[in-house]
Amino acid sequence: MLTHLVFWGLAVVAVLTGIAVFVVNSMARASYSLALSFIAVGLQVLLLQQLYVGVLVILMMVMEMTVMAVYMNMFMGMNPAMVSMNMVHGARHALPVSVGVFLLLAAGALFAPWPSRRGSPPADVTAALGTELMGPKMLTMAVVGVVMAATIVSGVVLAAHRTRYDRLGDDLRRPRAADPQPGGVGR
Amino acid sequence: MAETPVAVSGGWAPLAAGLLGTLAVAAALFDGALAGRAAGARSRMGRPVGEVARLLRQRRRTTVAADRLLWRIGGAGLLGMALMIVTVVPLGRWTLFDLAVGVVWVNALDVLAWAFVWLTGWGANSAYAMVGGYRFLAHGLAYELPLMFALVAPAVAASSLRVGEVAAAQQGLWFVVWMPVAFVVYCLGVVAMAVWGPFSPAVGRDVAGGVTAELSGVDRLLFLAGRYALLAAGAAFAVPMFLGGGSGPLLPAWAWVLVKATALLAGLVWLRRRMPALRPDLFMEVGWLVLLPAVLLQDLLVAVIVIGG
Repeated sequence: MLTHLVFWGLAVVAVLTGIAVFVVNSMARASYSLALSFIAVGLQVLLLQQLYVGVLVILMMVMEMTVMAVYMNMFMGMNPAMVSMNMVHGARHALPVSVGVFLLLAAGALFAPWPSRRGSPPADVTAALGTELMGPKMLTMAVVGVVMAATIVSGVVLAAHRTRYDRLGDDLRRPRAADPQPGGVGR
Repeated sequence: MAETPVAVSGGWAPLAAGLLGTLAVAAALFDGALAGRAAGARSRMGRPVGEVARLLRQRRRTTVAADRLLWRIGGAGLLGMALMIVTVVPLGRWTLFDLAVGVVWVNALDVLAWAFVWLTGWGANSAYAMVGGYRFLAHGLAYELPLMFALVAPAVAASSLRVGEVAAAQQGLWFVVWMPVAFVVYCLGVVAMAVWGPFSPAVGRDVAGGVTAELSGVDRLLFLAGRYALLAAGAAFAVPMFLGGGSGPLLPAWAWVLVKATALLAGLVWLRRRMPALRPDLFMEVGWLVLLPAVLLQDLLVAVIVIGG
């Protein structure tokens, strides 16, 4: 009973802080409302006994929102992120669409004919979930992970303003790279 | 293998908080004594006490258009973080919170330092505080991944994320002996999240105190206490992870935990005046090109030993 109450309480917190993301008027508050929303979801996952997944959701989302606050503040032109600003764009269309999508998904979750429980949950639900999700596809998942990392690295390399020719000269023979920002290991 | 600790009722939480507080106060007094010695005075051990009294009476400084809510959350957050970390640190045979994923729990909490320190810098709406906040994040980008992979090593060696089992797995040989790189990187991470010593440019004098520039009164007291408490909590968590938990001759297990935590804490406090400040921009490369590969090799070595042995 108490677990149910806490679960629903967390659900309300998650939705309200999710709404707050669009209501508040500062980048920092928006980022951390979203972080709070994800923390509430992470705690719900903990209540489902998915300890590892729940703690990881909290870990990743707090880190992500901090990085988001950093980059938003750093890279928004003229730095409007430092002062109060409106958090919504094109609200006339975006608002009905997002409310509609939320209601659709919530209705799907509430009215789907969920199967009733057969048997009892396994001792280690996290391991069971992992096997269920990736068991036969572990090799694919491992390969996808490497491909994603390689994509990120090559994306950064392609997007980088300075190439190795800028750093090491046209024949790549410069002994020390000419970087505008000095490195910490004597390069 | 020694028995794993049993969870005690939440009623003991105040005791755990008290122990953490005692360690933090001891750290502050020790730092005061070291400060006195560095300045040539006989002892300034009482200085932290005077500072507490001063800050308790001080009026709050207000700044224009401060984001008070986030500012206060940031300032008080570090202390809360430290308290949450010690819940999973077993004190000999007892632990408050016997979480199956205790190591990840601590990892999730140490990431909160990013949020809290940056928010403290952001909330004041002051340029210097903001610069301090970004300095901390620059450090964070360099120390966090090595710290995470440093925590992986003991967990792999013990084949468990339960802190008690990690401690029990080192009855024969402490992890610090055969994974020294992970231990050093972990200690560096603790020092960094406490904005301490080499990682103090975020509160540096050259930016008028950085993150703490506009903090005053109780807010400042909470932030400073939070830094000491984080150092203490980090040292306490190192005991089950690297220093063999409660194992040791003569004394009972709980006493050994306290002795080891106190010794490591004293070392970390002492480090403050022995290491130069690490410039965030320069440390970035140190973190990614030296620490991260070093700690990954450490993990590989540990994994090979665990599988082979």
